[in-house]
Amino acid sequence: MRQAQVAGRPQSNSAAQPLIAASRVTRILPGVVPTTLVHDIDLTIGARQYVAITGPSGSGKSSLLYLLGLLDLPTVGEVRISGRATAHMNEAERAQIRLSTLGFIFQFHFLLPEFSALENVTLPMQALGELPAEAMRERGRSLLASLGLADHAAKRPDQLSGGQRQRVAVARALANDPPVILADEPTGSLDSKSSEQVFQILRDLVDQRGKTVIAVTHDLDMARRMDRRIVLQDGSIVSDEAKAS
Amino acid sequence: MNLVIDIALTHVRFRVRQTLVAVAGVATGVGFSIVMAALMEGSQADFTRQLIDALPHITVTDERRQAPQQPAEAVYDAVEMHGLTPEERRRGIKNPMAIMASLEAWVPGAVAPATKTQALIRYASRDVAASVQGIDPHREPRVSMLASQMRRGSLASLYRANNAIILGTRLAEKIGARIGSNITVQTTDGATLNAQVVGLFRSGVRSVDESTGYVLVKTAQILAQQTGLVNEIRVRVADPMTAQSVAQRIERETGYKSVSWQEAHEDLLSAFVVRNIIMYTVVGAILLVASFGTYNIISTITHEKTRDIAIMKSLGLREASVRRIFVLEALLIGLIGALAGWLLGYALTRALGTIEIKNPMIDATRLPLVYSFLHYGVAAVVALGSSLIAGYFPARKASRVFPVDIIRGAT
Repeated sequence: MRQAQVAGRPQSNSAAQPLIAASRVTRILPGVVPTTLVHDIDLTIGARQYVAITGPSGSGKSSLLYLLGLLDLPTVGEVRISGRATAHMNEAERAQIRLSTLGFIFQFHFLLPEFSALENVTLPMQALGELPAEAMRERGRSLLASLGLADHAAKRPDQLSGGQRQRVAVARALANDPPVILADEPTGSLDSKSSEQVFQILRDLVDQRGKTVIAVTHDLDMARRMDRRIVLQDGSIVSDEAKAS
Repeated sequence: MNLVIDIALTHVRFRVRQTLVAVAGVATGVGFSIVMAALMEGSQADFTRQLIDALPHITVTDERRQAPQQPAEAVYDAVEMHGLTPEERRRGIKNPMAIMASLEAWVPGAVAPATKTQALIRYASRDVAASVQGIDPHREPRVSMLASQMRRGSLASLYRANNAIILGTRLAEKIGARIGSNITVQTTDGATLNAQVVGLFRSGVRSVDESTGYVLVKTAQILAQQTGLVNEIRVRVADPMTAQSVAQRIERETGYKSVSWQEAHEDLLSAFVVRNIIMYTVVGAILLVASFGTYNIISTITHEKTRDIAIMKSLGLREASVRRIFVLEALLIGLIGALAGWLLGYALTRALGTIEIKNPMIDATRLPLVYSFLHYGVAAVVALGSSLIAGYFPARKASRVFPVDIIRGAT
């Protein structure tokens, strides 16, 4: 796979500094009866890790992922990205970090339906605005080709299969070459063959591109094959163990 | 910014039906407001032109705006005086030829004398009160439209017979007179004159056409029983809109009451203000209704696009960019709508211009219409402004979507 690099963002090579650090993170949804989504989470994730967040439904897996991805704000505690405190950042600053440092893959591909696969992939690049238009398209085509979608660049999402859409979503997550990929049930809506394909792509991102992939999954078999497995229950971490080598 | 434009254009392009409905709404608003403005301003301009043409632009009469001061008032510093008899003055403008020569030196236009008197016109046992005006057929065409308003005969016809008279068409109809008819003109002072009808005119103003007759100045002076009487000086200025200021200067310089066409028709002109308020209110309402359509469409699009907005924000698109996307969409709708509205407005105005109004009282005529860039410009600016406002509020709401709420709901 082509190692594409976009300049001007923190790289993940510092061994001493974790890429993502959560300290005493609690998220409580306000309401008549406040709901605690995650409680007192302490967590550090370094570079080149393939991390599974797993646990039963309602255990707070996705909520934790959204907090780590700055899509949600902790009620208590703080998330640091590449050593930068995010608690007091405004919406624009958090958006900038999401754009440059974090790549998102969701269970449902969430591609923009009116745009082609290539346009969906170049969208984050356009938002970041660091590359000229032709370079964006070139990089987008290269990412799609590396995921086996060279012939599907001009197709719209409704002209692609489920597995192909999810691979386009992966390409989009990699558009700005972020050091961290956050995936929420990336194989949840795929058949076993496509699931394995996406799993392998994410594996390659870690092994060959040096990315950190944090994936929420229900699939225990898949979780066991990852480098590290964090198990949540009732919003708290009950187990955090590395794969036996 | 390119991304914002790309997304906005794609949304508009992919939602053809919705876009067309919104564009049609704006276009209808713009088109009809242009037609309405063209019609209202056209009719106003036509009416004003008729007012201007019906009379000389300025009429200087032998009256004073304020009653002359009594000699007693000048001598005694009294609070109140009773039993004073108003000073009697000889009728007419003093030294009219000298005044006319003086006016001709600076007034940008033409000047003509007139002798006006009230009389009873009698023919075939029918009596009609009328204003008999003595004019100079050589000078009159330069100060009024009378020459072009002649339906039978001409102003020069006044020289053809002794005591010749030109009557308004309605007046002639009233008494049953025709060209060549010999009528009797009798003033309130008892002077009587037998006159021959040598021409008929129609100004289009009913009150003028049914109660006015024109004779030579000297004939009018005979009727008024005062040799050399000139009690009116008629002035036509090059630019009718300057009539008021010219009239004021004439009054200042001569001391005689000098009435511009604006002052003479003050009541009608003030009615235009009310008419314009009504017009702009209606036009504003049309465009407002169109903007509701745009608001509705943009609201629908933002509602349908909530998930996409959440995704774009989760990828790192800022609130301002999301807001710009939908405001731009509204502006695009407004812009296309305004352009289509221009075409619609122009086409409708042209179509209205072909409608012929047949009125037995007047010549066949068409609706008076005004083509003005200002109408098109104002309608487009208002349409764009209302589209901007209509798009801003749903756009602001859309930009404030909290991505997690939507993503959580979708998964």
